[in-house]
Amino acid sequence: MAEESLGESNRTNAFVLSARKRTMQKVIKTAGEGMLFAAASFVAVIVLFIFYFVARDAVPFFQIRGFSEFFTSSNWYPADDPAQFGSLAIIYGSLMVTLGSALIAVPMGVAAAICLSDILPFSIRQYAKPIIEMLAAIPSVAFGFFALVILAPLLQNNGGPMLMWAWWILVSPFMILAVIVISDLLTTKITDQKRRQQLHIFFLILFGLLSVFLLFKVGTILYGIQILTGTNALNVSIILSFMALPTIVSVSEDALQAVGREIREGSYALGATRAETIIKTVLPAASSGILAAVILGIMRALGETMVVWMASGNSSQIPEPWFNYLQAIRTLTATIAGDMGEADQVTGSARFHVLFAMGLLLLVISFISNLVSERIVVRQRKILSGQ
Amino acid sequence: MKFQSYPVAAYLVYKCKKTRIKTMIKKISLFVVLLAVTLFATAGAVGNTLVLDGSTTVGPLAKTFAAYFTKKYGVRVTVSESGSGNGAKSLINGSCTIATMSRAMKAAEIAAARQKGVNPVASIVALDGLAMVVHPANPVRSLTKAQISSIYRGAITNWREVGGPNTRIVVIQRESNSGTEESFKELVIGKGIPVTGSAETQSSNGSVKSRVSTTLSAIGFLGHGFVDGSVKVIAVNGIFPTVAAVKNGTYPVSRPLYFYTNGQPSGVVKQFVDLPKSAEGKRMITELGFINR
Repeated sequence: MAEESLGESNRTNAFVLSARKRTMQKVIKTAGEGMLFAAASFVAVIVLFIFYFVARDAVPFFQIRGFSEFFTSSNWYPADDPAQFGSLAIIYGSLMVTLGSALIAVPMGVAAAICLSDILPFSIRQYAKPIIEMLAAIPSVAFGFFALVILAPLLQNNGGPMLMWAWWILVSPFMILAVIVISDLLTTKITDQKRRQQLHIFFLILFGLLSVFLLFKVGTILYGIQILTGTNALNVSIILSFMALPTIVSVSEDALQAVGREIREGSYALGATRAETIIKTVLPAASSGILAAVILGIMRALGETMVVWMASGNSSQIPEPWFNYLQAIRTLTATIAGDMGEADQVTGSARFHVLFAMGLLLLVISFISNLVSERIVVRQRKILSGQ
Repeated sequence: MKFQSYPVAAYLVYKCKKTRIKTMIKKISLFVVLLAVTLFATAGAVGNTLVLDGSTTVGPLAKTFAAYFTKKYGVRVTVSESGSGNGAKSLINGSCTIATMSRAMKAAEIAAARQKGVNPVASIVALDGLAMVVHPANPVRSLTKAQISSIYRGAITNWREVGGPNTRIVVIQRESNSGTEESFKELVIGKGIPVTGSAETQSSNGSVKSRVSTTLSAIGFLGHGFVDGSVKVIAVNGIFPTVAAVKNGTYPVSRPLYFYTNGQPSGVVKQFVDLPKSAEGKRMITELGFINR
C-alpha cells in the first residue's frame, strides 16, 4: 500500500509540468495553430485575390463594349480598326477541344485504372503506374512540338486510314458486346428452350452481319476523308487527352484502391464474378473519387495553353458543320497567351481588358464545374451510405 | 553496449562539428568571393550592355549584328524576339535600348511613348520583301495582289479559282503581335479590312514555314530571309521578290525594317545603329537574305 502510493506520487510528479513549461507549451500550441491557420487562409486568400484582380480588369471591358458582342459574335479582330471582340467561336473552340479530349481520355483513363487496380498482378502494377505517371512530367511545349511537327503532317497525309483504323479498333469491341447483349435480351422472354436457342443464333448472325456492314461502311467513308489541315481540333484533342490521362489514371486508381479488400471479398463471397464485382461494387463505391479524377483531367485540358497555341491552328471560327473536328479552331487560353504581348493599355484598353474577361470566363467555368462535382460527390456519398 | 559506445559517439559528434565548421568557413568565403566577382562584373557591364527587343523577322539580323558587335567592341548585346508590338512596348517602358521592328510605329504607340517621356527615333536597317509561299507541290506560280487579298479576305476559298487544283485553300497568317502581319495587311489587304476567320494563326516565321512546307494546300507569307527550299515562292503581279525587285520598288509587298531608339542615338547605341551602313554590316545583311537599302 505504501509502496503503491509512493509510486503514484512519483508518477504524478513526473508528468506534472512546472508553471513555466506549461505557459511555454500554451504559447507553442497557439503559435503552431496560428501558423497552420495562416497557411490555410493564405491559400484561400490567394484564390480570392486572383478572382478579384482578374475581375477588376475584366469588368472595364464589359463597361466599354457590353455583353452581347463578346458572347454572340464570332468576329475576333482585336487589332483592326474598328476593333471587334466577338469571342463566341473562341469559347466554342475551348469547349470543343475539352469535350474531345474528355471523350478520348475518360474511357481510356478509367479503363486503365480498373486494369491497374483490379486485373493486373501487383508486381506489374508497381512498374506500370509510375510509367503512366511519367507522362505528366513531359513539358507541354514538347507535346506541342510533337503535335505541330509530327502529328499534324501525319493527319494530313494519312488522315483517312488513321481515322478508319481508330474507328475499327475503338468501336468493334463495343459492337461485339452490343450484339451479344441485344440478342440475349431479345430472347430471354421465350420459354421454349429449343426455339430460344434457334432465335438467339439467328439474332446473333443478323446483328453480327449488320454491325460488320456498319463497321466497313463507316470505315470506307472515313478512309475517303482528306484532312485539309493537320492543326485542327482533333489533333489538339488527342494531345490534350494524352496530357489529361496520367491525372485521370492515377487519381482514379487511388480511388479504386481505397475501396478496400473487404468490400471486394464480400462481393465474391456473395457469388459475384470479377466483372460483376468491378462493375456493380467497386466502381459505384469509388465513383466519387473517379469523378474527381475526371474533373481534374478535364480542367487540365481546359487550362492547357502551349499545346493549343501551337497546334490548334488558331482560327477564330465555328467549324462547318458544328461538330467538325477536322477544322482549325481557337481557344480562350491560346488567345490570352497569343494576344497578351501586344495588348497593353497603350494600344487601346478594350483590347487589354478583353483578355481578362476571357480569363474570368475560364475561372468561372472551372469554378462551376468544381462546384457541380462537389455536389455530385456529396450526393453519391449519401446514396452509398443508404440515406 | 550502449554505454561503451557512448564516448565514441561523442568523439564522432565533436569531429563532425569541427569539420562542419571548417567547411562552413570555406563555403562562406567562397560565397563572398563569388559575390564580389559578380558585383564587379555587373558593375563593369552596366552602361555597356545593349538590350534589343522586338520583331522575329529582324531577329536573325539583330543576333548576327550582336555577335559581331560583342566581338569587335566588347559590348554585351542581348536580343529578344517577341514581336514588333512588344518591341515598341519595351522601348516605351524603358526595358530595352533598341526596339527592332518590322513595321513603322503606330501613331497610338508614339503618343503613348511621348506621354512617358520617350522620344522614339527610327532608323532603317534593311529592306525586306514579304515572300508569298506555298507547298512545293502546288502548281500555282503567280498570283496578283488582288487575288492574294481575296484569298486572305475569304472571297476566294479554292485553289481552282486561281488556276490550281480543286482543294480548299488553307490560309496561314501571323499573330497580332507580328510586324510582318501588320505590314502584310497594310500592303496587300488594306487598312481596316478583316482577314477571314478561317485563317490559321502561327506565331513565328519559322512555324509558318514549317506549316506551309507540310501542308499541300497552304498559303503563307514569310520575311524574305526565312525562305528556303522547303517552300515555294510565288510571284506577286508576276514579279518575284529578288534583291533588285525589292530595291527598286517593283516588288509590291516589301517594307523597311527598323531600329527604334529613345532620342537620337549616341555613343555605343549610335555605333550599333550605324552598323548597317558599314561594309561589314552590308555583307551580313545580304548573307541573311535581307536587302540593303
